[in-house]
Amino acid sequence: MTKLKYILQLADTALILGHRLSEWTGHGPILEQDMALTNIALDLVGQARSLYQHAAEVEGKGRTEDDLAYLRTTTDFLNPLIVEIPNGNFGDTIARQFFFDVYNHTFYTELQKSKDATLSAIAEKSLKEVKYHLRYSSDWMRRLGDGTEESHQKIQTAVDSIWMYTGELTTMNEVEKEMLSEGIGVNLESIKPIWTEKVKAVLAEATLTMPESTWMQSGGKDGKHTEHLGFILAEMQHLQRTHPGATW
Amino acid sequence: MTVKEILSKVCDPEIPVLTIDDLGIIRDIIEQDDQVEVVITPTYSGCPAMNMIEVNIKAALQEHGYQKIKVTTILSPAWTTDWLTESGKQKLKAYGIAPPIGSVEKADLLGEQNIECPQCNSTNTEMLSQFGSTACKSLFRCKDCLEPFDYFKCH
Ligand SMILES: [Zn+2]
Repeated sequence: MTKLKYILQLADTALILGHRLSEWTGHGPILEQDMALTNIALDLVGQARSLYQHAAEVEGKGRTEDDLAYLRTTTDFLNPLIVEIPNGNFGDTIARQFFFDVYNHTFYTELQKSKDATLSAIAEKSLKEVKYHLRYSSDWMRRLGDGTEESHQKIQTAVDSIWMYTGELTTMNEVEKEMLSEGIGVNLESIKPIWTEKVKAVLAEATLTMPESTWMQSGGKDGKHTEHLGFILAEMQHLQRTHPGATW
Repeated sequence: MTVKEILSKVCDPEIPVLTIDDLGIIRDIIEQDDQVEVVITPTYSGCPAMNMIEVNIKAALQEHGYQKIKVTTILSPAWTTDWLTESGKQKLKAYGIAPPIGSVEKADLLGEQNIECPQCNSTNTEMLSQFGSTACKSLFRCKDCLEPFDYFKCH
């Protein structure tokens, strides 16, 4: 069912990035940044829950939000690759977050118009939270780019190495095309130029160089992942897989 | 006591001076025959207090003899601090948390400005971090009395 796949794509994206950011818990460079990254993680996991609940309802086969998060395998996951790549250093995490937040903010703004009332409500709710995420990651891009020689060099390296994962965010797969034609999904073609403009503006303020267009990685949204996702799922799912049905 | 009166005594587990009524998260109360349905909306998507609030709503109603209770969550319209009651804002301040100032639209436009220190009332304050100890708060510092404090941010 195409709509189920579409909702799972969104849910998996929020969950996996939320999980990645939660790895910073207790490891942030300073206390305030530790709290900021984990706050963003919490928002994303919360958004994922709303999406999985909706997916479970749409599927209507008795699977719950937990089944969808904990009992699907790597090839079932439909998130774009950018959210599963490792955190790297603080600059790598910020650059990944910034590219994603610009996309996510524009995406949820458009998704509010979805004909699916629940998706529209989730978009309206999430957008208010994503607004903070975008402000946070944009501020840090400027601060690191226009900071010391070392911070500038590190964040430029991060931008250059993550760049090849950004294309997938705004390239439509078959599921997204079909959902667009039904008035449920978002037109990523129209998001692409907005994303590029916004990214360009912040990189300029940060005195960073925008990478040349290059060959882009893709496949995540169709279940073809990097090796990293397997490790994330192993950590995230091992309890439910070892002790099926365990609850607090 | 009416259902509304019972619910007005249920507190937020993370900021116990606020009731869920003060927070403005009760969206509807539907009483039909012997069943009560309470419709609530979450403050933030990932707010861990929401599950606890649901449990507390059921417990409070059960204590007053209600048997058939349903708690439903809706997402739209999205919760906003514009729904916090005046008395809720005063309780926050007395508790040491600066209440949200002005409307969400204004905060979006101009940023968080002139946040008042809950200890000495000075507006000579600065933001330390837009993310605080819970999703609903930012961390500030008073430049006069030098106390750090939480600000319940406009949302
Ligand atoms: Zn003060």
